[in-house]
Amino acid sequence: MFDQALVGKEYPCFAMEVEKGRLRLFAQAIGETDPVYLDEQAARAAGYRSLPAPPTFPFTIAMEANQPLLVLDDLGVDKTRSVHGEQSFTYYRDICAGDTITGRQRVAEMFEKKGGALLFITTETRLTNQNDEPVCDLRTVIVVRNG
Amino acid sequence: MAQDVRFADLEVGHSIPEMGMPPFGPVQLALFAAASADHNPIHLDEQAARAGGLPGVIAHGMLSMALLGRMLTGWVPQRCIRQFSIRFTAMAVPGDALTCKGVVIAKRDADGERLVDLEIHAENQRGERVVAGQATVALP
Repeated sequence: MFDQALVGKEYPCFAMEVEKGRLRLFAQAIGETDPVYLDEQAARAAGYRSLPAPPTFPFTIAMEANQPLLVLDDLGVDKTRSVHGEQSFTYYRDICAGDTITGRQRVAEMFEKKGGALLFITTETRLTNQNDEPVCDLRTVIVVRNG
Repeated sequence: MAQDVRFADLEVGHSIPEMGMPPFGPVQLALFAAASADHNPIHLDEQAARAGGLPGVIAHGMLSMALLGRMLTGWVPQRCIRQFSIRFTAMAVPGDALTCKGVVIAKRDADGERLVDLEIHAENQRGERVVAGQATVALP
């Protein structure tokens, strides 16, 4: 049986400075060819303050601070027994190079399926920028195989 | 580059432009591990992947989701995207080439915006879905 007391737990705030070089590397790694994501002048011409972070980059902001592993550590679960089941993003504002993004993760839900063989953990993370404006909400479902 | 897509031009059932991707290879997985901060060895090291009960190295799930993101931002400016949600439904391995697809499933007004809901997925060369979910975009 899992530790139900973890539901509702909030983890300490984390922060990441979003660097231009990192965004360019991320864009390259996903095979992006649109100059808006690679060339700062093209980004500015498209109305961005600097290079924009692609739609899934917010998960990397959480990953950079090891957020998806914190619940697994709390549960004492071997991370090789877990898989990323679902991922959702809700967007409020651009994230661009030069921003400092702060996040806070909480455990929203935990439940078992298949007679306890699978444990589903849902976490929710709100990301805000240096002006305290919300930029993105993440909802992550991690599935743990028990036994 | 994103096109000038308008709400009035879309109908339920319309497909958005699909995007075919080159096969995953070890260099891309290594680049994505570094860029995304996901250093799990199951994406990089054959022995570690087998020790974890996998047939071999697998691609990052978030890489497949990022490719779906490229399909969306290649279609409309990223600022139009309100929500983007997926389930990871199958593993992708080096050599797999994904095709990203999307279909309009609803058009609606909410919070003073004209929203279009899409069913989106990425499938491998055998037509098996690797990631599948929904996106919502706000259009002029």
